[in-house]
Amino acid sequence: MTQAHLELQGVKVHFPLERGIFGRGGAATVKAVDGVSLTVGKGEVLGLVGESGCGKSTLARTILNLLPATEGAVILSGRNLASLSREELRAARADVQMIFQDPYASLNPRMTVHDTLAEAIQAHRRVPGAGLAEEVAALLQRVGLAPRFSRKYPHEFSGGQRQRIAIARALAVRPGLIVADEPVSALDVSIQAQIINLLARLTRDLALTMIFISHDLAVVRHLSHRIAVMYLGKIVELGPATDVLERPLHPYTHGLVSAARIGERSGRGEKRMLLAGDPPSPVNPPPGCSFHPRCGYAIDECRRAEPALDRFRPAHEAACIRLKAIHASG
Amino acid sequence: MALLEVEGLRTAFHTRHGVVRAVNDVSFRLERGETLGIVGESGSGKSVACLSLLGLIPRPPGRIESGSAQFDGTDLLHSAESTLRGIRGRRIGMIFQDPMTSLNPYLTVEQQLVEPLLIHGLAEGAEAHRLALAALKEVGVPDAERRIRDYPHQFSGGMRQRVMIAMALIAKPDLLIADEPTTALDVTVQAQILDLIEREQRQRGVAAILISHDLGVVADVCDRVMVMYAGIVVETAPSEALFRAPQHPYTRALQFSRPARQAKGTELYAIPGLPPDPMQVLAGCPFAPRCEFAIDDCVRGPIHLEPLPGGGESACLRIQRGELEFEGAARALSQ
Repeated sequence: MTQAHLELQGVKVHFPLERGIFGRGGAATVKAVDGVSLTVGKGEVLGLVGESGCGKSTLARTILNLLPATEGAVILSGRNLASLSREELRAARADVQMIFQDPYASLNPRMTVHDTLAEAIQAHRRVPGAGLAEEVAALLQRVGLAPRFSRKYPHEFSGGQRQRIAIARALAVRPGLIVADEPVSALDVSIQAQIINLLARLTRDLALTMIFISHDLAVVRHLSHRIAVMYLGKIVELGPATDVLERPLHPYTHGLVSAARIGERSGRGEKRMLLAGDPPSPVNPPPGCSFHPRCGYAIDECRRAEPALDRFRPAHEAACIRLKAIHASG
Repeated sequence: MALLEVEGLRTAFHTRHGVVRAVNDVSFRLERGETLGIVGESGSGKSVACLSLLGLIPRPPGRIESGSAQFDGTDLLHSAESTLRGIRGRRIGMIFQDPMTSLNPYLTVEQQLVEPLLIHGLAEGAEAHRLALAALKEVGVPDAERRIRDYPHQFSGGMRQRVMIAMALIAKPDLLIADEPTTALDVTVQAQILDLIEREQRQRGVAAILISHDLGVVADVCDRVMVMYAGIVVETAPSEALFRAPQHPYTRALQFSRPARQAKGTELYAIPGLPPDPMQVLAGCPFAPRCEFAIDDCVRGPIHLEPLPGGGESACLRIQRGELEFEGAARALSQ
């Protein structure tokens, strides 16, 4: 791997929970992100997968410094975000941009495409009038929209086109790192493919680093170099994309992959391997390995010791104390 | 005789901006105990078609312009509201996408479970309670004796959808209509819910219509699949055949645009352009403007859904003429 673009060191994001009016004593905490350490190299696409409530979106917001980390450090291009002054932070943030799931909600309905993009361009740079129109046109072309669209309002576009505008807006400040939170989940299948192709092309042409968050494993596999699997605020598996999905180490990843395979078979009959139950609440996570209540391999020790990420294959690690026992035969 | 036979259904919405022809001449049949999947993107008319059958289209602006739907001897499209009320929830059960908005937040799960029984006069009092509890256990809600007194907000998304399924099945219907039942759920929970619907439906021999935007989900659970595009049926086929050899360029394109079916990192096959404006009346095939195989005749029309030798049906002119032959994405990948 080349130089690290983003480094997370033991990041925790905890939310205090009000106990209700007659609450007695110790307020509970939601441990949305609970000790995540991760390094993303320059130009790398890291896929982040997990079920709803696992903390992936909270982690994304922490990377953008929209939510402060309760503990741990977010280091962007070698600089700890927490140690920066307001001005430095503003400059550092220009390097990170986000693309959201719902392009209907993330664009201002009262602003034309031109105004939306111009605002983003000028947020960090002074660009004179004529140059501005030119830059807007170039941005639109980059995302596959005709420059004549710049006078239109968001409601005049389809969902796929709106997501293109949101991507153009993210690119307007010339970021090096893009955090995309479920960017294609709200789109129809035939439009999804267009946007995935666009993201793949952009990251390649502009040498962008990207954190791609999705619950759709097939989409993540297609775009990512590496995949991190999150469960209840922790990363339980991390490795090269194809290895994680084709030879998963952690029992949770295995269940996730098996459940997701619903859409990939060419007929009925094949048995689904099911994960029993729902993900537990992050308010009172089970002791030890938080996956043990749903795990078919759990032993007594899993209920006591909290497992750390352990390298099992080169560049492929998982947080499970039973790895050797489970994968001994294969 | 078929349990449900829909003929020439047309549903339109008369809006200020024009007439939206949401369902445009749709016909299909469903045998007892059979599972039919209806697949299409948003705006394809799949949900409107089913809501039309149940008399649940808001009128105005909606209007059922023509057609018939024989359900076990009753024409659903030409029945009095009182007749439909006797059928909905009793002989036809329904499950919707979002269990939070379709459950009443002010009533306990028990109150909602017994409602179909009370309304249709099937049971009351202790007997209704017993049936509700049995239904809740059947769909795999743990600790059902206690949970039955809880309110919907106390359940997770997956558990709520289980409650919906229990409600839909409690009156022992002949037909279950499930509209995107797993779309709002996590993948791991999706698999559980699909398994549950499949099991319940097989055990009881209930016929089912499963509506989804996900070709994979539908093919996994259904005997037969019907693909809709811009208000018309473009293809019907047994699920397995649909994947082996799609008989419409749109079905093929849908299969190929999924990343799971393509080599990692390659440019994904993407359908160019956008679905047509539903207010415009097209003479020919609505998919023609986006279709790489379209010829002049496709645009000129008219087009019809025609039976094919293999047992399916296709609305593609060139398939009907034997000019095109497709291999499914499943096979393409295994090579």
